[in-house]
Amino acid sequence: MNDIFTTLIAERWAYLLTVVMIIIGLHAMMMKRNLVKKLIGMNIFQGAIILLFIVHAYKFGASVPVHDAVLGDHPEAYMNPIPHGLMLTAIVVSVATTGVALALLTLIYRRFGTIDEIELLQKLREEP
Amino acid sequence: MSGAHGAEAVVDHAVSMGQSHLPILVILPLLLGCVLVPGLGLWRRRWAYPLTLVAFALSAYFAFRTLFAVLEGGPLHYTLASWAPPVGIELAVDALGAFVAAVVSIIALLVAVYAGEAVRRENPVREVPFFGMMLVLLLGLTGMVLTGDLFNLYVFFEVSSLGGYSLMAIGHKKAPISAFRYLIMGTLGASFYLMGVGYLYLLTGSLNMADVAGIISTMGLNPALLVSLVMMVVGLGLKMALFPMHLWLPDAYTYASSTSTAIIAPIMTKISAYVMIRMLFFVYDWDLFLNVHHIGDIIKWLAIAGVFVGSIMAIGQKDAKRMLAYSSVAQVAYIGVGIGMANPLALVGAMLHIMNHAAMKSCLFLVTGSVAMQTGAQRLKDYAGLGRRMPWTFAGFTFAAMAMVGLPPTNGFFSKWYLVLGGIEDGEWPMVGLILASSLLTAVYFFRLLERVYSKVPGEEQKPAGAEDPSFRMRLPILLLGVGVLVLGLFNAWFVSRVLSQALPHGMSLPGF
Repeated sequence: MNDIFTTLIAERWAYLLTVVMIIIGLHAMMMKRNLVKKLIGMNIFQGAIILLFIVHAYKFGASVPVHDAVLGDHPEAYMNPIPHGLMLTAIVVSVATTGVALALLTLIYRRFGTIDEIELLQKLREEP
Repeated sequence: MSGAHGAEAVVDHAVSMGQSHLPILVILPLLLGCVLVPGLGLWRRRWAYPLTLVAFALSAYFAFRTLFAVLEGGPLHYTLASWAPPVGIELAVDALGAFVAAVVSIIALLVAVYAGEAVRRENPVREVPFFGMMLVLLLGLTGMVLTGDLFNLYVFFEVSSLGGYSLMAIGHKKAPISAFRYLIMGTLGASFYLMGVGYLYLLTGSLNMADVAGIISTMGLNPALLVSLVMMVVGLGLKMALFPMHLWLPDAYTYASSTSTAIIAPIMTKISAYVMIRMLFFVYDWDLFLNVHHIGDIIKWLAIAGVFVGSIMAIGQKDAKRMLAYSSVAQVAYIGVGIGMANPLALVGAMLHIMNHAAMKSCLFLVTGSVAMQTGAQRLKDYAGLGRRMPWTFAGFTFAAMAMVGLPPTNGFFSKWYLVLGGIEDGEWPMVGLILASSLLTAVYFFRLLERVYSKVPGEEQKPAGAEDPSFRMRLPILLLGVGVLVLGLFNAWFVSRVLSQALPHGMSLPGF
């Protein structure tokens, strides 16, 4: 049992970091009153998933994924480029979503003068 | 040398797998439209609408050609950039994908016909971005249906969501708030889906759906596989508003402008349901997870609870659009019931309900939009006596409402019929009883509204001004969809025997076909 924890912390600590980030992100998305903080939570959550892919693709001592005569044909000698490519796309997607969200937040602030969820709910109830 | 060899492999692959250009041709007009409409729209605003219509029409035309080609010759494949799968991304269309793509594109085309005048009246200055976002939305949705790659699906998922968020933010003053909540929930759902994909990639090292399915069919039960499946069900459940994850939906549909709701409500949640079917039945081993390990039972009982919660909430509403939004929660849950039962008849019911509910719900939302535009009436009590003043509009509404309740020979009857048959086959008598009872709840709120529309005469003081049928271009889609629910009902045997019997996953066949 002790061994599992030791290996988990010594060799798989990056996965633990992912878990922590997911918890922080979910907490912010669900519990925070400020809508900007909810958005930040969303970004942390997406960051955690990006980290999950990248950590799993990381190889110690591997080279860039371009064929090299010295290194030969061993797959262990090269990084796997696919997760990195995927996550570049995921980052673009997350930036686009954040942009739309910020546009919505400015619209909300201009119309209601607040981005506090509880105040907003009150104003929603008062208006028809 | 190795390059020539690679090219040969690609050609071999092309010949062997029913290669065709049709799948990409469904997406291409929309992709070009996304660029051309805002570009040319800045220069000449009146060009935006015709261009949008042409893009939608071309996409629908190619979707139908794809459907007929698939029905004749089996699944079609298109490898993007000639990188052979499983390394490259491919578009893979089987009977189910072609069927859903045809449904989505034809419904979107009909709504686009309506949108020409409706958007000009609702958002006079913002036509160009509105049509641009409609194209982005449909681009994402058709892409999700046609792709054969797990990560490509995520990208199209987010593309369609971006279109959806911006369309939902247009409309009522409160629309941006509900759109923001939907954005948070929708992104959470998509992220859960991506995490599921991550686990699958960790396990199999592949992203091609057919390839992944082949690899995990040999794995048996694996805890990581189960985790990825749960992540996907949660993520897609959030997007399809499966109970208890439906709370974002009513506000979002109520406050969005009528055209936004009419294009988002009928197809967006349905596409998430389609992706759930695609994942659970075509990627994972459905028999092992849904039947042996009872994931199906969880989905099924949550969904039937959603049917009741949605219907009961709909009965309590005073606002027409909010009532329809809650009824959407209930109707999408029927698809969940079909998925959860995981037998051929119930799954056919679920697939049929994707089409049927898209037709009837778009008709209903187009009617509430027209009523709001002509008379300003949004609350149900203002609908009194409108049936005689807007006869054509409410003729379509009546057919669609009958289909929602599930009266034969409308299409709504047949999807519930197959769900009930599926329940009987499983010997799930409580479920059969609950499905039948839920129809009665639907009847309560639609017949109450129909009674008010046709038999009540409004008092002099509340007689709304301008209560007459909208122009021909807004009336046409309503009538076509109203007649459509009847035609789809009468020809449902064709759909089941010709299309859906081919769409069933490996290891399932429909008794009697």
